Amino acid sequence: MKKIVLIGNGMAGVRTLEELFKITEEKFDITVFGSEPYGNYNRIMLSPVLAGEKTIDEIMINDLDWYKDNDITLHTDSTITSINRSSKTVIDDKGNSYGYDKLLIATGSNPFILPIEGHDLDGVIGFRDIADVDQMIDAAKNHKNAIVIGGGLLGLEAANGLMKQGMNVTVVHLLADLMEMQLDSTASQMLLTSLRERGMSFKLEAQTQKLIADDSGRVKQIEFSDESAMDADLVVMAVGIRPNFILAQESGIHCERGIVVDDTMLTFDPSIYAVGECIQHRGLCYGLVAPLFEQAKVCANHLAEYGIGMYEGSVTSTKLKVTGIDLFSAGNFKGTENSEDLVFQDVARGVYKKIVIENDIIIGSVMYGDTIDGSWYFQLMKDENNIADMRDRLLFGQAHVGDSGHGPLDMVAAMDDSAEICGCNGVCKGDIVSAINEKNLFTLEDVRAHTKASSSCGSCTGLVEQLIATTLGGEYSESPKKKPICGCTENTKQEVHDFIFKNDFDTVFEVFAKMDWENADGCHVCRPEVNYYLLAANPDYEDDAQSRFINERSHGNIQKDGTYSVVPRMWGGVTTPLELRTIADVVDKFNIPTMKVTGGQRIDLFGVTKEDLPKVWKDLGAGGLVSGHAYGKSLRTVKTCAGDTWCRFGTKDSMGMGVTLEKMTWGSWMPHKFKLAVSGCPRNCAEATIKDFGLVAVQSGWELHVGGNGGIKVRVTDLLTRVESDEEAIEYVGAYCQLYREDALYLERTAPWIDRVGLSFVTEQLVDDEANRKALHARFLVSQLKTQNDPWKERAEGAQNHQFEVITQ
Amino acid sequence: MSSWKEVVALDDIPVLGSRVYRTDDQEIAVFRTRDDSVFAIHNLCPHKGGMLSEGIVYDHKVTCPLHNWVISLEDGEAQGADEGSTACFETKVESGKVYINL
Ligand SMILES: Cc1cc2nc3c(=O)[nH]c(=O)nc-3n(C[C@H](O)[C@H](O)[C@H](O)COP(=O)(O)OP(=O)(O)OC[C@H]3O[C@@H](n4cnc5c(N)ncnc54)[C@H](O)[C@@H]3O)c2cc1C
Ligand code: SF4
Ligand code: SF4
Ligand code: FES
Repeated sequence: MKKIVLIGNGMAGVRTLEELFKITEEKFDITVFGSEPYGNYNRIMLSPVLAGEKTIDEIMINDLDWYKDNDITLHTDSTITSINRSSKTVIDDKGNSYGYDKLLIATGSNPFILPIEGHDLDGVIGFRDIADVDQMIDAAKNHKNAIVIGGGLLGLEAANGLMKQGMNVTVVHLLADLMEMQLDSTASQMLLTSLRERGMSFKLEAQTQKLIADDSGRVKQIEFSDESAMDADLVVMAVGIRPNFILAQESGIHCERGIVVDDTMLTFDPSIYAVGECIQHRGLCYGLVAPLFEQAKVCANHLAEYGIGMYEGSVTSTKLKVTGIDLFSAGNFKGTENSEDLVFQDVARGVYKKIVIENDIIIGSVMYGDTIDGSWYFQLMKDENNIADMRDRLLFGQAHVGDSGHGPLDMVAAMDDSAEICGCNGVCKGDIVSAINEKNLFTLEDVRAHTKASSSCGSCTGLVEQLIATTLGGEYSESPKKKPICGCTENTKQEVHDFIFKNDFDTVFEVFAKMDWENADGCHVCRPEVNYYLLAANPDYEDDAQSRFINERSHGNIQKDGTYSVVPRMWGGVTTPLELRTIADVVDKFNIPTMKVTGGQRIDLFGVTKEDLPKVWKDLGAGGLVSGHAYGKSLRTVKTCAGDTWCRFGTKDSMGMGVTLEKMTWGSWMPHKFKLAVSGCPRNCAEATIKDFGLVAVQSGWELHVGGNGGIKVRVTDLLTRVESDEEAIEYVGAYCQLYREDALYLERTAPWIDRVGLSFVTEQLVDDEANRKALHARFLVSQLKTQNDPWKERAEGAQNHQFEVITQ
Repeated sequence: MSSWKEVVALDDIPVLGSRVYRTDDQEIAVFRTRDDSVFAIHNLCPHKGGMLSEGIVYDHKVTCPLHNWVISLEDGEAQGADEGSTACFETKVESGKVYINL
């Protein structure tokens, strides 16, 4: 068995082990050394512990049993004092030596202690570990005056905690602005005001000169360079951290400001890896947890000798974990020569937002008082989305721009615990919050693994991320900028999409092989996605039923009791006595328990057993009814109003147009479901402005609207253009469908797609470029040739009957 | 005590697909993977009873269609962070026929 030794039983090192267990079944002989006497705990939660909001037990990530269960030998209270690289051994403070095949250094960092007179007195400490917190809580019992040196993130959290413990706290800061690394002057002054209101005192623009002891050798006073002095029974130094790399350096490993590692987390010694705050990667040292989770993942991959992970650095954001103060900062919030600021300030409400933009891309943001949209801006920044189209509404937040189908954070915060967050997997808010708290989850991926939230269609991802952010209260590990489709691959949706459209493949498995999937079969997440792209890229592709979700395989909607619902198509919502009679007869014959008129102007039959499906379809088919594809990522319905045939206001034949459009588009597979509507006049009775594509008749022709959505988060359509003739309108519909099919990512509805690519992209492709529009429309029609076979008819005639026939004894 | 039952021809199970075999008291899902291995497990997801036969199959695993638990076909154990298991049955293939040990 390969011997792995880990030095540093902290967040980064142990996380690496966890990642290792996740990806390989191989067994290792693992030994862990930690200077602290505990299992592995969540260091960032020391602030809430100090503030009395959490207990030590609550912040344990892995207790001692976890080490036992995973056959890890843990030496607590045990510091490694040297590494002998030639004999591949480490030596602990008791003089014992241990051999390794691979060594992982994760020694974190040390608080920087100002080298002033008196820095080593009793009562002068840093803020780094449980021992420090114990000392602070102890001091609060017997002493009154605390000084925190350093008005950064850590200092303010320490000061807040000590205040909660009942001490008089003064924060000493070198500059006039607190948290100058994260905030601009305006936000910083707002923070200062509200901390003062809470009773915190400040001595700003002050330089500490020395600490003075009482008779017992404990600190009693602090003196500044202007000779003024204050009483101090406890001094917490929070002026920065220094990567802890002495051990590595002394053993001859190349170090600069930290242990230098490459993109695989390897140090200059090929048997020694390093992760966490002790490292320097591409010239940067990090002091937050998000980057080290990404590092852990990459490192685990190389420890397992898979050799494919690359760490490319992290973009980080900050929040202050002081209950009641909302503050968010990310990126370059001070701006560059070429950047512009968008600023919103409401002094009375204590709200301030600044977004820094360069070339229509967000490069930084600072928010105070209202940080609801922080994670959204951060995502836009990491994804480098072009924000030109939403610039005028950007500052008002996601709620005013239209988002990926969900509401903003205040909605999440205000939601009841029983509110369902993930519709696919039926996970409610309470489940997620308690999983985060009890299991110490940090990342979207963790939450997915434990709760299944956001692990299916992904439309609730934003909501879940926001929930993680609110629950952790402070920093949480944002999912990395590059989000792979699933665990089978490193490739993102976009990369896979582009690769498939640029190449020629016959099967999903060819794609997996060519793109180095870890898993030759793919999984339930990537296979349907890849299958869809193949289908959209190549009209001759042979659809793979086994790569489809059950609904699209069975051509019905699976219900929670395992029965199916059946929805026949009613062209443009127009029906006939024969159709209705056929449906009624089927319901009688098969004892179908519920019939319901849907919002899409057709009839849903609930409670059909799987074995009955082909028989039901056969009877429906005999009456001329075909599948409504109510179960698929495909064209659903074309809703119409009465139009000029009957309505006195009508200017055009909306029913006729609806039927024509549905005959053209039915059966097409899309990245997600797709709905159309046609209204006969601007009164818009068919609600065309909340559909993926809506047509509204006007005297002079048709208004064409795109990107609308009902559902959880309503998005009203954007007006694409106006056309005069029916033919043009029809061509636009076909071209738009095809553009969406070719360009959008799987499971992205038109609303988030347009938010992502911008309406201007759609306008360029369809309105400004007539030849392109015609070409798209033509491609759409070609793709339809193969799909407009009624799947129900095929199955009623025996196709895929292995699915519907149960074998009995 | 073993009692082998002939169930279905191997060719009648789609690759990466399943068939449902119903006895008097239970339903068994019979899977065929891409390496042509055959597995039989109780057609009841340990989570909330979803029909595993309807799930997407990959490697020697199936994903439940209801809430995406991933169940190992080899031992019926839920994978990843989920906990639970479902009963498995021995299978064999002889001259193109699939047998289950009930
Ligand atoms: C109070 C506080 C609040 C924080 N809040 C946030 C926040 O809100 N958001 C955020 O992103 N980050 C926050 N951080 C930073 C975050 O905790 C660190 O980034 C993270 O813990 C670094 O992980 P690490 O594994 O590199 O180091 P650590 O977690 O410090 O682990 C290193 C471990 O190695 C041990 N060790 C060192 N040398 C040796 C040796 N020679 N032999 C054996 N053991 C050794 C140490 O004792 C320590 O236990 C906070 C930190 C503190 C202290
Ligand atoms: S709104 Fe839709 S998802 Fe919600 S219960 Fe009704 S049918 Fe189901
Ligand atoms: S949208 Fe206009 S034409 Fe259509 S039903 Fe309403 S009022 Fe009549
Ligand atoms: S019933 Fe199978 S995952 Fe819920």
